[in-house]
Amino acid sequence: MTEVLDHTKLANIVRNGIKGSVCRESTGDLSVELEKLRDVLGFLQKEESLDFKLLNSITAVDYIEFFQLVYHLTSLTHNHCAVIKVDIFDRSNPTAPSVIDIWRGADYQEREIYDLMGIQFKDHPNLKRLLLWEGFDGHPLRKDYLEPPLPYNWPQGG
Amino acid sequence: MSGSFLESNVIFQEIYCVLAGSKYAGESCSAQGLLPVGYDWIGFFIAGFAIMFILANAFMLGAAVFVYSERRLLGKFQLRTGPNRVGPFGLLQPIADILKLLMKEDIVPNGADKPVHTLAPIVMLAPAILVTAVIPFGSGYFLTDLNVGLLYIVAVSGMITIAIFMAGWSCNNRYALFGSMRGVAQLISYELPMVFSMVGILILTGSLSLIDVVNAQDIPFILVQPMAFVIFLIGTSAELNRTPFDIVEAESEIIAGYHTEYSGIKFALFQAAEMGSILVSGAVVATLFLKGWEGPFLPGPIWFLIKVYGFVFLMIWVRATLPRLRVDQVMGFAWKFLLPLSLVNIFVTGASVFILGDMENGVRVLDSVDLLLVGAINLLSLIACLVLAGFFMKTKASGGRSREILVSEFDPAGREVLT
Amino acid sequence: MKTEAITVNIGPQHPSTHGVFRLRVTFDGEVIQDVEAVFGYLHRGSEKLAEERTYTQVITLTDRLDYVASMTNNQAYVLACENLMDIEVPERGQYLRMIAAELQRIASHFVATGFLLQDLGAMATPLMYGFRERERILDMFEMLCGARITNTYMRIGGVFQDAPEEFWGSLRSFLDGMPGFLDEFDSLLRGNEILLARTKDIGVLEASEAINCSVTGPVLRSTGVAWDLRKVDPYELYPRIKFDIPIGTNGDNYDRFVIRLAEIRQSISIIDQCYEQIEAGPVRSTNELLFYPKTGDAYGKVEAPKGELGFYLVSDGGIAPYRCKIRSPSLINLTMIKDLLIGSKLSDMIVTLGSIDINMGEVDR
Repeated sequence: MTEVLDHTKLANIVRNGIKGSVCRESTGDLSVELEKLRDVLGFLQKEESLDFKLLNSITAVDYIEFFQLVYHLTSLTHNHCAVIKVDIFDRSNPTAPSVIDIWRGADYQEREIYDLMGIQFKDHPNLKRLLLWEGFDGHPLRKDYLEPPLPYNWPQGG
Repeated sequence: MSGSFLESNVIFQEIYCVLAGSKYAGESCSAQGLLPVGYDWIGFFIAGFAIMFILANAFMLGAAVFVYSERRLLGKFQLRTGPNRVGPFGLLQPIADILKLLMKEDIVPNGADKPVHTLAPIVMLAPAILVTAVIPFGSGYFLTDLNVGLLYIVAVSGMITIAIFMAGWSCNNRYALFGSMRGVAQLISYELPMVFSMVGILILTGSLSLIDVVNAQDIPFILVQPMAFVIFLIGTSAELNRTPFDIVEAESEIIAGYHTEYSGIKFALFQAAEMGSILVSGAVVATLFLKGWEGPFLPGPIWFLIKVYGFVFLMIWVRATLPRLRVDQVMGFAWKFLLPLSLVNIFVTGASVFILGDMENGVRVLDSVDLLLVGAINLLSLIACLVLAGFFMKTKASGGRSREILVSEFDPAGREVLT
Repeated sequence: MKTEAITVNIGPQHPSTHGVFRLRVTFDGEVIQDVEAVFGYLHRGSEKLAEERTYTQVITLTDRLDYVASMTNNQAYVLACENLMDIEVPERGQYLRMIAAELQRIASHFVATGFLLQDLGAMATPLMYGFRERERILDMFEMLCGARITNTYMRIGGVFQDAPEEFWGSLRSFLDGMPGFLDEFDSLLRGNEILLARTKDIGVLEASEAINCSVTGPVLRSTGVAWDLRKVDPYELYPRIKFDIPIGTNGDNYDRFVIRLAEIRQSISIIDQCYEQIEAGPVRSTNELLFYPKTGDAYGKVEAPKGELGFYLVSDGGIAPYRCKIRSPSLINLTMIKDLLIGSKLSDMIVTLGSIDINMGEVDR
């Protein structure tokens, strides 16, 4: 059984590793500061006792007041998993650091989030729309997205 | 009046006889022909054109039968039914296909080289029909008996390369370009071993005429020249772009290769040329290796058809069974294996004929026992070559069979060892 | 001589891109210099649509993700829902789910290996052999739920209905016939020299790289990593079942192909054990169609035929998920496609793509 890491224990390890990074801990997951996100994730991957080599998925959720990025991590050697969350409050220009140099598996997922949720990933080498076409107006997974009225007048398709 | 090669042609004689009468066509005919006296040359032409008409149409019909049998047999091989709606057992399916293709719009892509694009299917079909001219379908059933028949077949079928290149280049399509690049490389590579494999037969018969080749076969040459037969079969299936050498029109890679952009009647011509080439190749194989039209009980042309369709069945069977080789593997096989093997074949055949043959009028002649001996030597050297090649060309690919390991319990430590 | 690289669009209409997938490939002759994958031709906005439907209605959307493996899609989603709502499932329901999921795995692997061989140029013959067996599985699905492809068989808290009597008969005959069929399939393919020459040491993937690229499923196992969620994070009643994880040694196309065949054998043994262990009882713990889960989130994952299929659900207390994220293995397994393809030939590209086994319904969602 993949063990869900105890959040207090995980928070302690992360606090010791990266100072001032944890902002909130709740059952089953850990919220970190946006500025320290890259450091924390890199630390989680490198740290021997944690060894999160597999990034299961990255999810973006639109909570209207803020965007939340959810990182599901798994360690294949210790067979445990953890959930890291980070909140982005800047709604006009939400930006998060890219983790593509830590886990290359983040490549398409970050592009997808940029495409559908409109979160910019700093230092992503190829941040283009993944599923929709270039020139699509808006980011459909946002809660305030409204479908334009028919007939569509999008460039390059629609 | 009639030319020498036409005199032994049964169909020509029959028609000419009826039209011209005994005065021109020979004693056995009725005294008065259908044509007035002095106009026998019209009969000569009509008989000549009739035989060509029969040949070309028989060829197209043969291609249609091939299309039907291929689709039907592939269906059987693949646990399907195959076409069975049009006519009894779906026999009229090829006709329905041809009618459909005739009625389709003929599309020429933008930026295509139009004259070349139009010419390519014609250049493709022409050699396939031309080859039929020298093939004897039975004793006395042939259009012409060229004394350079074998050379003629090789030369004419070489034109297909040009057609493929024309089609691929003129279309302005990259898949077509890929197909024609592969096609030219492959056809040239396989032309060599194929032609070399015929040299052994030349040594044995001393003639390039196909009728002489058939008459020289006291024993079918498949028994005398097994090595040449293997090389010729492989070379033919590569020349015909059949699996496992169908890289030219590899459907899963480059859509349809050089004829990706063709539609309507042009596409039908390509298909006819392709199917026809297979029939023609079957005819060549039957003539060179299977003793042509000869066989017990049944008339010659029937035996010939049986042999041709035996070859066709083999081709369909292979197509339903084998996967495709990669481009470099196909080329490597031709140059590294088939070409040396064909040279070995020439050497072995020449040497054994030199040793076993008796001099008569400056020609070495072999009787049946000698021929069987030549065959045995040939077979032995083929086996020796295969063993040697297997020893030297041992690739990594021919390693073990099943390599997957079964892990029953998840164990992080054990996993580390495995990775 | 002046040469020029040519760029070819492989897809979106192409016989071997397994859907409407497009690769923009730059060739130097036949050798690949650069690859860029272009997605989105089958994008239907499943995640957005899920926000407008009730929890039960979303099950029909999951059918359409990986449309050759709808049962495992159903399973992943209902497991995520059950995690979110703390719903227990009766044992018979869990066994039925496992049987359905393993049958689906067999069907999906037959499609994968069949199309891989089709890409190799084997003219649909092995494909049709596989499809004959898949047909029997689809017939069984029809008995279970009336549908063959888009099943919508599983429900939150169990399955839609108990299996009818004739299902067990045809399941038994299927299980009895399968090992023989697999032996035949193996003997036809494994020793084939052309197949070996075309697949061995082509498209080799390193284990560490595969993990770093979040690759899961048979592609990860082919590199030698025994990571199977049925074993390492068992869901349903998999702890009661004895089975092995087949892993490869080399991570090449051949391993990916062979592992799928070996997994079919394991799946048969799993179904066999389920068939022995299943007992009479209820198949569904709740007949509710509307759920009001408390605020929170949950992640449910299963070992789908193509890899780890996960659903991340966020609830705001309403009848519809606030956010339904689909972690699709097909899309993420494509991350390392560029490394695998650059330097190989056009023919190998098609084979490598076929051996990764993607499904565009799941890639584009």
